Amino acid sequence: MSFFGLDCVKKKEEETERRIRANDREYNLSFRYATNAIKTSKYNLLTFLPLNLFEQFQRIANAYFLCLLVLQVIPVISSLSWFTTVVPLALVLTVTAVKDAIDDIHRHKSDRKVNNRKAQVLINGELRSEKWMNVQVGDIIRLENNQFVTADLLLLSSSEPLNLVYIETAELDGETNLKVKQALTVTGEMGGSIEALAAFKGEVCCEAPNNRLDRFTGTLVWKEQKYPLDNQSVLLRGCTLRNTEWCFGMVLFAGPDTKLMQNCGKTSFKRTSIDRLMNVLVLFIFGFLVLMCIILAVGHGIWEYYEGSKVTGFVPREESRGPALSAFLMFWSYIIILNTVVPISLYVSMEVIRLGNSYYINWDRLMYYNRSDTPAEARTTTLNEELGQIRYIFSDKTGTLTQNIMTFNKCSINGKSYGDVIDHYSGQRLEISEDMFPVDFSFNPLADSKFQFYDSSLLEAVKLETEEVHNFFRLLALCHTVMAEEKNNDLVYQAQSPDEGALVTAARNFGFVFRSRTPESLTIVEMGVQRSYELLAILDFNNVRKRMSVIVRSPEGTLSLYCKGADTIIYQRLHESCSKLMEVTTEHLNEFAGEGLRTLVLAYKDLDEDYFSEWLQRHHEASTALEGREDKLNELYEEIEKDLLLIGASAVEDKLQDGVSQTIEQLAKADIKIWVLTGDKQETAENIGYSCNLLREEMTDVFIVAAHSTEDVRRELRNARAKMRPNAGEDAFFIPESILGNDPKVVQDETVNGEFGLVINGHSLAYALESSMELEFLRTACMCKTVMCCRVTPLQKAQVVELVKKYKQAVTLAIGDGANDVSMIKAAHIGVGISGQEGMQAVLSSDFSFAQFRFLQRLLLVHGRWSYLRMCKFLRYFFYKNFTFTFVHFWYAFFCGFSAQTVYDQSFIALYNLVYTSLPVLGMALFDQDVNDGWSLEFPQLYVPGQLSLYFSKTAFMKCALHSCYSSLVLFFIPYATVYDSMRSDGKEGADYQSFALLTQTCLTFTVCLQLSLDLSYWTAVNHLFVWGSLGMYFIVTFTMQSDGLYQLHPPSFFFVGTSRNTLDQFSVWLTVFLTAVLCVLPVLVHRLIFIQFKPTINDKVRFKVHQKKDQRPSPQRRTKIRRSSTRRSGYAFSHTQGYGDLVTSKRFLRRSAAPRSTGFTPKGRSPGFKPTGRSAGYSPSSKAQNNKQEVEPTELQQYRTVQDSTF
Amino acid sequence: MKSEGEFVNQPDNTAFTQQRLPAWQPMLSAGIVIPLFTLIGLAFIGIGVALFITSQNIKVQELDYTGTATSSPCFQCSGLSIQNCTCERNFSLSELFEGPVFFYYGLSNYYQNYRQYGVSKDDYQLSGDTTYFLKPQSYCSPYQYSNNKPIVPCGSIANSMFNDTFRLYLLVNGSRKQVPFDGKGIAWWTDYNIKYRNPSPVNGSFAAAFDGTTKPVNWQKSAYELDPTDQANNGFLNQDFLVWMRRAALPNFRKLYGRITGGDYSQGLPAGNYTLQISYNYPVLSFGGTKKVVFSNVSWMGGKNQFLGIAYLVIGSLCVVMAIVMLIVYAKYKFPDNDDA
Repeated sequence: MSFFGLDCVKKKEEETERRIRANDREYNLSFRYATNAIKTSKYNLLTFLPLNLFEQFQRIANAYFLCLLVLQVIPVISSLSWFTTVVPLALVLTVTAVKDAIDDIHRHKSDRKVNNRKAQVLINGELRSEKWMNVQVGDIIRLENNQFVTADLLLLSSSEPLNLVYIETAELDGETNLKVKQALTVTGEMGGSIEALAAFKGEVCCEAPNNRLDRFTGTLVWKEQKYPLDNQSVLLRGCTLRNTEWCFGMVLFAGPDTKLMQNCGKTSFKRTSIDRLMNVLVLFIFGFLVLMCIILAVGHGIWEYYEGSKVTGFVPREESRGPALSAFLMFWSYIIILNTVVPISLYVSMEVIRLGNSYYINWDRLMYYNRSDTPAEARTTTLNEELGQIRYIFSDKTGTLTQNIMTFNKCSINGKSYGDVIDHYSGQRLEISEDMFPVDFSFNPLADSKFQFYDSSLLEAVKLETEEVHNFFRLLALCHTVMAEEKNNDLVYQAQSPDEGALVTAARNFGFVFRSRTPESLTIVEMGVQRSYELLAILDFNNVRKRMSVIVRSPEGTLSLYCKGADTIIYQRLHESCSKLMEVTTEHLNEFAGEGLRTLVLAYKDLDEDYFSEWLQRHHEASTALEGREDKLNELYEEIEKDLLLIGASAVEDKLQDGVSQTIEQLAKADIKIWVLTGDKQETAENIGYSCNLLREEMTDVFIVAAHSTEDVRRELRNARAKMRPNAGEDAFFIPESILGNDPKVVQDETVNGEFGLVINGHSLAYALESSMELEFLRTACMCKTVMCCRVTPLQKAQVVELVKKYKQAVTLAIGDGANDVSMIKAAHIGVGISGQEGMQAVLSSDFSFAQFRFLQRLLLVHGRWSYLRMCKFLRYFFYKNFTFTFVHFWYAFFCGFSAQTVYDQSFIALYNLVYTSLPVLGMALFDQDVNDGWSLEFPQLYVPGQLSLYFSKTAFMKCALHSCYSSLVLFFIPYATVYDSMRSDGKEGADYQSFALLTQTCLTFTVCLQLSLDLSYWTAVNHLFVWGSLGMYFIVTFTMQSDGLYQLHPPSFFFVGTSRNTLDQFSVWLTVFLTAVLCVLPVLVHRLIFIQFKPTINDKVRFKVHQKKDQRPSPQRRTKIRRSSTRRSGYAFSHTQGYGDLVTSKRFLRRSAAPRSTGFTPKGRSPGFKPTGRSAGYSPSSKAQNNKQEVEPTELQQYRTVQDSTF
Repeated sequence: MKSEGEFVNQPDNTAFTQQRLPAWQPMLSAGIVIPLFTLIGLAFIGIGVALFITSQNIKVQELDYTGTATSSPCFQCSGLSIQNCTCERNFSLSELFEGPVFFYYGLSNYYQNYRQYGVSKDDYQLSGDTTYFLKPQSYCSPYQYSNNKPIVPCGSIANSMFNDTFRLYLLVNGSRKQVPFDGKGIAWWTDYNIKYRNPSPVNGSFAAAFDGTTKPVNWQKSAYELDPTDQANNGFLNQDFLVWMRRAALPNFRKLYGRITGGDYSQGLPAGNYTLQISYNYPVLSFGGTKKVVFSNVSWMGGKNQFLGIAYLVIGSLCVVMAIVMLIVYAKYKFPDNDDA
């Protein structure tokens, strides 16, 4: 298997182009292209052990211990028996191997599942059901609706007109909208004819397998004619066929050669900053180890020279071995003995701790969202402590901060505002809450039951047949590009933007039901009466116009123009007579905007028949003009959209997720900076910024960068900086040398007076991210409290994250829910996916996932903080206990002729880390909390030490080392002094080696236990069990190891027999243990107390406070609803892109065969470099998300098809 | 909760999964630490005083007999080539040396804790496993074979066994009266009863069990001749051998040679003049070591050791001082009780 694989790899390197002949397996087999079987598993039964071991020994720690093991079996230097290393190493290897095996079994299973899917393959002139893995390059496959595309196919023909097929590419690029692919006409002619297809012998010559999703080049040779092939006729594996009955395709790339698979496996391995620090420290420790060993080896050489040579009679010495050689050997012996400074169990314990803390996240009920039954999930179990160090959060907007649900909330019609519920008695506005009764729409059988509105006066107005109100809703029902579909007797709207959907739905519920449309007509049910309007023109929305209009002829024959758009734009086009109404409406608009609602102004006018026909004529000319068509059309639109009559304004709420603004406030208190990166347009982003408190009215200034050239962007950024630091003068414009010169470059935070916000759009961002500008941008952005980037592409999102990662030594977190967030989620140190409605792409590539943005505060402020705290405490203690343990050997060397004699019994050395001290520290790392979760959230400032890496750093490590040095001195010299020339109480000598070893190791065990008890701030029953249990364990194991029975079993291993019995009954031994333990801990106590007294950390303060209050939990948080009065006006309800009014109206569209090409595989606004590479892209078909997606939602293009059908 | 079926994925509500386990949360504060320090300080001072006084009451009499100085009576014995040399050291006790008196020999600059020395023994041999008599383990090298015969007991430790012997005489009215050393029961009970075992006699003869082996190079007698008078003290179970095999942790050490408990001396050594007759065999001058003998009695806390007492006293006092200092500091600078936390 592997040989074959190797072969393939070699071949692939050579493959520069691919030649395939349809229906000719023999010919295609001669090239040995990969089959469609995929293999993501790493091992099989036979290769598991060697491969897995090989992989494991590639890890530096394991290799290190393997080397030690080798050293230990060399008799001349073996200072410790081999089992002291083998026991822990075997344990570590086994645990990892079991984990790997389980993972691989899962991979095998999913491989098998995918490989065994059935596909219909054309073989020998008939369709046969084949397993996916048996599909080969050149085969012709029939796909049916909602099936996954088996391999990368060349589309030959389809059931749809013009050989179109619709595919969903969510798995590849995460976009949920459908895309169109079209087969060549020449192949399309074959249609569904099996005979024709079986006779098809076209030859394809195309590029070699690659991972570019948006590009394909090749040629088809058929009947001696050459046809160019491009991306337009290629279906990629991972897509799903939608709205297409069937299609036929020829396999171009199969299995591992498919673009999907070529994009897999590039998951970058994330490491936490503590991991990186650990690597540095381990190197440092290693150097230190070598240094110690050199000192001891030199010491040995000197000792040998002066002393050892004279004691030949007693000390066995090889005569031939001079002091130098002896010292050299001793160096290695000491490497073995002192190896415990780099403990293997450290790595294992770290993994266990992270795993444990990940489980807490999975288990947290307060991060469980019951509406979608989704618990939080730690998908990566190795990044927990990094959650406690976040300094920058990059957040997506739609679906992350907002629910991506728009609701029609308020409106102003003819100077009257609707939507607020007024208390009849007090005349006060009431807060809308769940327990209020919404307006009853039962009079309307077509009403959408999910729609809720609380102000009944609007419905009364409708029922009273108020002219303006009817007009208002008529406009909403007519002026849009929504498509309607009857589905199971239910009316379903397909809207391009949720805003439009909300407005049309509102009209529907108030009795103006939009039923259906054709390119030429709109059918609505007005108060129960069906009426059909002739649709004469759609003046579509675009970014400049910021409005859309329709021109319709009512059944009665009146010509009207209905227009909706941004207030500023519409106001310029109103008739003078509306000025009074304008004032009132403006007031209402301000009110709506202040509540963060997205507003639209609605207006209409009746048209003169003659004028209109003349206009239509000109319009027709303009739309067929070859030059300046756009401008001409725009002029015409301008001309007709004037002297409008104001109807009113609508206000749509872009619903924020629950608790977003509180969360943001909390995170801000924790000194975390939040940058919003959204693909949405500037106005929407700003609006959301205000409504979720990221931008505030009180801010000193909000800079908006929207320039179109490098120079402009630079100027705007500099102006912003000059405003923020007016005194900084010239140097503010120049980047200090230190930033440019040094490597790694770190941009320090700059302090500014006041709070600033920065809004930058995608265009400007593209310039700002150029290498010459990125520092300018970063400095400016980092001086602002809030940064919002709008209209950014996924690639830019990642670039912004990378920029911050590069110049700020800060931990970043990216949170998002859609496929367009994948790149940033992967780029950031920590990626968080919101498991929302937009598919699972973001979740699949995230490290943590949950359902609601507000859970982020709990993830960071509680779980992250605890994880970080625990990990740091763990590391500090672990280093302490191991250094202390090891250094004692160093001191002893000076008293044993530097002969690599261990101080302790060998079994103690083997078990110290595994049995005697592992559980208490694990218990600490799994249960410790300084203050409980409630207080953690009450004081977000507690998070700050984590950002500054205060709990574990190089300094902290040095302190640990010094502390251990002190402890080891105490631990060696106190027992030394007590046993020196000492006698036991029965007169026997007390200074024998075995008693000394037992005494020292008992002192050590007690000391490290006491130290742990001092560090432990949260004593649960488990901690008690672990601490006391470990101490008990020490005695039980020691007595067992030194028992008669074991000795008789194997004398050389258990020659300490009887030592504990004979030693631990001595009063002086216990006095020594007590003395050393106390002496080791006293300075720590004094030091800590003095620091708490003089320089209390935030942590100490909070703990003190909590302690004083004696409260277990803080009082429940008062949820204050933030009400702002704002003069800002914003937001209008249109989608991001040019509307598809074009599509809705055109019969031309279909006939213009070139048209669909623009909706091809190149995602709009996305850089071609963006490669969505889902972590499990290989099997996402079997994942949860996809299963949910099985039932097909009708999409815009399907809508379009119904429209098109009616015209034929 | 789960029975509702809707919330299948809802995590369990247990104190453990929600991290709400009841816990004791001690907090380091002056209110705890200062009394603690005072308490520990006082306790330590108490223990220290007791230890110090006890240690003061222990009598120790040391006699160096290395013979480096020409004036030393053992000088003539210290030469390397002299065999079966005997020397005498006189000393006098002005008052009763309270019993039981223990008699030790002490060596200095002797690295019994040298690693290669420490492993140079065969535990199988010493536990009476005769298969290893003929094939000693390689740890014993270079004292594994001698003249192609396996050494029993092999290895450096056994080979270097201390072989000076001592006789103590009390001068009573001009004549010497031997003070008997009790050489039994000076080894650990576990060593004598469990760790070391003699091989079973072959054909009724203990010596025959050692057939085909040879004695350690430095030994004058074979292991089975260590105490021919008392089979219970012979071979590997010889108490002097056991004491020697329990190697010392530090380069200066003492080992018990015998107890003075018998007959007239159960109360201790009476005042008077004594002569210690030393059969000087063990060479130490070559590596700059010294030899000495020590008479000592013991208390509940063992032999004379000033260190523990002094250490307890010093640390106890330090604790009290620290407690006072902290109290002053605490009184002056109260815990910052402001609300800016």
